[in-house]
Amino acid sequence: MTDGLPAPDPWSDACRAVALLCVDPTGLGGVVVRSPAGEVRTALLERLRSGFLSTEEGSTKPPLVQIPAEVSAAQLLGGLDLEQTLALGRPVATRGALARANGGLLTLAMVERMSGAIAAVIAATIDSGEAATERDGFSERAPARFGVVALDEGINADQRPPAAIRERMAIHLDLSGLSHRDLSDIPAEDIAAARARLAYGVIPESVIEAFCAAATMLGISSGRAPLLALRAACASAALAGRSIVSNEDVTFAARMVLGPRAKHLPPSEQSSEEAPPPPPEEREDDNPSPKQNAEGEVKALDDVVLAAAAAAIPPDLLRLFQENSQRASRAQDSGKSGDSKKRGLRGRPIGSRRGDLRGNGRLDLLETLRSAAPWQKLRRRHAPARDAIQVRREDIRLKRFKDRQASTTIFVVDASGSTAMDRLGEAKGAVEMLLADCYVRRDEVALIAFRGTGADLLLPATRSLARAKRSLAALPGGGGTPLASGLAAAEKLADEVRRKGRTPTLVIITDGRANVARDGLGGRERAQNEANDAASSIRAHNLKAILVDNSPRPEPKARGIADRMGATYLPLPLVNAAILSDAVRAYNAQPVSGVRR
Amino acid sequence: MAITFPFSAIVGQEEMKRALIIAAIDPTIGGVLIFGDRGTGKSTAVRALANLLPPIRTVEGCSYNCDPGKTAALCPACKAKLALGPDALKVREMAAPVVDLPLGATEDRVAGALDIERALVHSEKAFEPGLLARANRGFLYIDEVNLLEDHLVDLLLDVAASGENVIEREGLSIRHAARFVLIGSGNPEEGELRPQLLDRFGLSVDVTTPQDISQRVEAVKRRECFDRDPDGFIAANTAADSVIRDKIVAARARLPVIAIPDAIREIVAGLCVSLGTDGLRGEMTLLRAAKALAAFDGEDSVSNDHIRAIAPAALRHRLRRNPLDDSGSGIRVERAMTELMPS
Repeated sequence: MTDGLPAPDPWSDACRAVALLCVDPTGLGGVVVRSPAGEVRTALLERLRSGFLSTEEGSTKPPLVQIPAEVSAAQLLGGLDLEQTLALGRPVATRGALARANGGLLTLAMVERMSGAIAAVIAATIDSGEAATERDGFSERAPARFGVVALDEGINADQRPPAAIRERMAIHLDLSGLSHRDLSDIPAEDIAAARARLAYGVIPESVIEAFCAAATMLGISSGRAPLLALRAACASAALAGRSIVSNEDVTFAARMVLGPRAKHLPPSEQSSEEAPPPPPEEREDDNPSPKQNAEGEVKALDDVVLAAAAAAIPPDLLRLFQENSQRASRAQDSGKSGDSKKRGLRGRPIGSRRGDLRGNGRLDLLETLRSAAPWQKLRRRHAPARDAIQVRREDIRLKRFKDRQASTTIFVVDASGSTAMDRLGEAKGAVEMLLADCYVRRDEVALIAFRGTGADLLLPATRSLARAKRSLAALPGGGGTPLASGLAAAEKLADEVRRKGRTPTLVIITDGRANVARDGLGGRERAQNEANDAASSIRAHNLKAILVDNSPRPEPKARGIADRMGATYLPLPLVNAAILSDAVRAYNAQPVSGVRR
Repeated sequence: MAITFPFSAIVGQEEMKRALIIAAIDPTIGGVLIFGDRGTGKSTAVRALANLLPPIRTVEGCSYNCDPGKTAALCPACKAKLALGPDALKVREMAAPVVDLPLGATEDRVAGALDIERALVHSEKAFEPGLLARANRGFLYIDEVNLLEDHLVDLLLDVAASGENVIEREGLSIRHAARFVLIGSGNPEEGELRPQLLDRFGLSVDVTTPQDISQRVEAVKRRECFDRDPDGFIAANTAADSVIRDKIVAARARLPVIAIPDAIREIVAGLCVSLGTDGLRGEMTLLRAAKALAAFDGEDSVSNDHIRAIAPAALRHRLRRNPLDDSGSGIRVERAMTELMPS
């Protein structure tokens, strides 16, 4: 039944998709373009731009606004315009990027690096169609309806745009496989005419049902997905000059909107998925849908939609999801951790105080103006020649920051065979206990496990303890003890954590009996020597560490490693929950905060 | 006011709707936290709630929504007006405020601060009230509440606990009433909520996408209808919305006379003991919420069914939290209820 479908050409699909966006920018939300900067992307964006501008009415061009990933809330939403305010002596507001993009296109550069907090501001604006500003004494609701072009330059699976943005963009394009050879000439469509036609003609109920059914079958939980698919189908019909959505529109929408969002293959095809996945094309052919013979058209349409969407599932997507269900997904992490990075470095502003600017202080302009304001009448009397606002030295206010010195606890767990299975269970228990403690303190946690031939970072620093728990539970045991690799990995991660302005604490759980060297080869003696070296290196880096010995009775080798690291040594058989968690807390309680200017 | 999707047209999500209605009936319950997947209609429901709230009587021109009926609690400006004579206070009816606290808001706009314009241009020291003043006697809605900056969370915790906003800055010393029902929504993937803030919410609901295809189809259809013809869609649902509004008004009036049988009190106490909820807040909230629900259903007293319907929302976020226990806390509440209230 999929025989009738022409093999989709990615470049013409992409061109058609951006044409749809030109037809209905706000309805579709926008497009995520995953591709490195280059000729293909430039060509596509040029099509988008010219298509979009072809709709201009009169002399006013729709605005094209671009914002960087490191954009601040002030740039997005606007606030006080310092220069104008000082020059005119009355508060002057700037317009934020979101309000400026109204009626046009908003391009998000390097969206994969955008923090969750910024993404949430943009998402809220997309949802409400207005930019809500409550900043610096201004309160405004400015209309902000625009199409979004999110440029995703992520290379590996970990670098993804924030979910809040991906969720609201109807079209997800991946151009990374295309080269300039694929750029065939595609005639430009008449966008203006299509827009006029986009009155949303009659939508057959069967189409809605087909989209919803396909979304459910593909494990897409969001209610936005079928709605966006529906709008894409309508825009596609309008572009083709149809007033009623045709099968072609529906399959195109399913391919563009539902395919890239799929979490798994439809259930009927999933059983064959146990084996290494064959390329998707083959699967459809040998798999006539079981319920085809049921009541005619509706089911048929369901299948068409599902097949179209399934064909568009990128082959590596499923592998990605399988991996992610074992490891925790790192993609979502970007939001919160990005925030805390900044906060850790700069500290949390805790108000402002009087001071002068000759030091390294950061001026709090708003507070400075506020303290100068009540004196203006008086000062003008003394110096009537100046009509601008008069700020004197005693008005200067500096920002104060409080270093949060938040800590990150890095668990380094020995999952080797020498840590027999039940001991691994105890180690897991100990980590869980400590995790609960971290939750109370709002620490971040990270998890490294070593077994077999090397060490794995199972969980990068995160605050989501549920994820830590999951990755811990999924941790398999067995194999050699590459202790040196584990310690080296821990040191590297601790270094990264430090650079983010956080305080790392290592909690190493092992029996200390190393038998695999860093190159992955066996050899007890060499392994032990390397482990000792790695331990000394940790001490040299001045890292706080606790070594929990989980061998059945206290193990001299573990003790030795702990001493070399300068770590607190806690033999597990003698340690109970309270002691372990006290030990970690005592470590973290060392110098925590200080006020700096 | 922006055009909002009608509350009565929201498909499914019964627990979320019930919690919002209860918060509208009895504001002392302490607000609602809605956590769940993307695209499940969290913010749609909260915005829709605004149209269900009965209007409030306020003093005309008052920035703090003062209640003309409570002369003792008036703000200084209103008191000054009142001193001029009994007719000086003009009363007006206004829609109960549902104030959005947008992300990226700065502290001066949330709490209120010196009015810069008047200070710079007229050299006057005047206070410009913030969002907390506007939300007084209404609702304060924070979408993506877990992304809110920490110092704003601290501020909200303070104000929510005392019902009063105290400003000591820029030579201003002002305090005004700020009693509001806090509604927060968020996606757990974005990060955890601080336990102190979690505890402030009376009810907490988890929303998930319905897996039933016919429900999803219905939801998409209604949304599509709404987008195509908002006015027509709202008009078609006005009657259903006003039925709910009338029931809320009636429930508010009936609230004081709803009885709680001793047997119910015992069950609730047993439930909280067996779940190990900290403090008495869980118990009190559960009883109040059950009362509001009984009032909404037009009953005279609280029954087991009311407890069953609302206990997960009232208790799930108060369990001695084992952050590592994946089996949702809602399930733990259900389990405890089956033991205590065999049906």
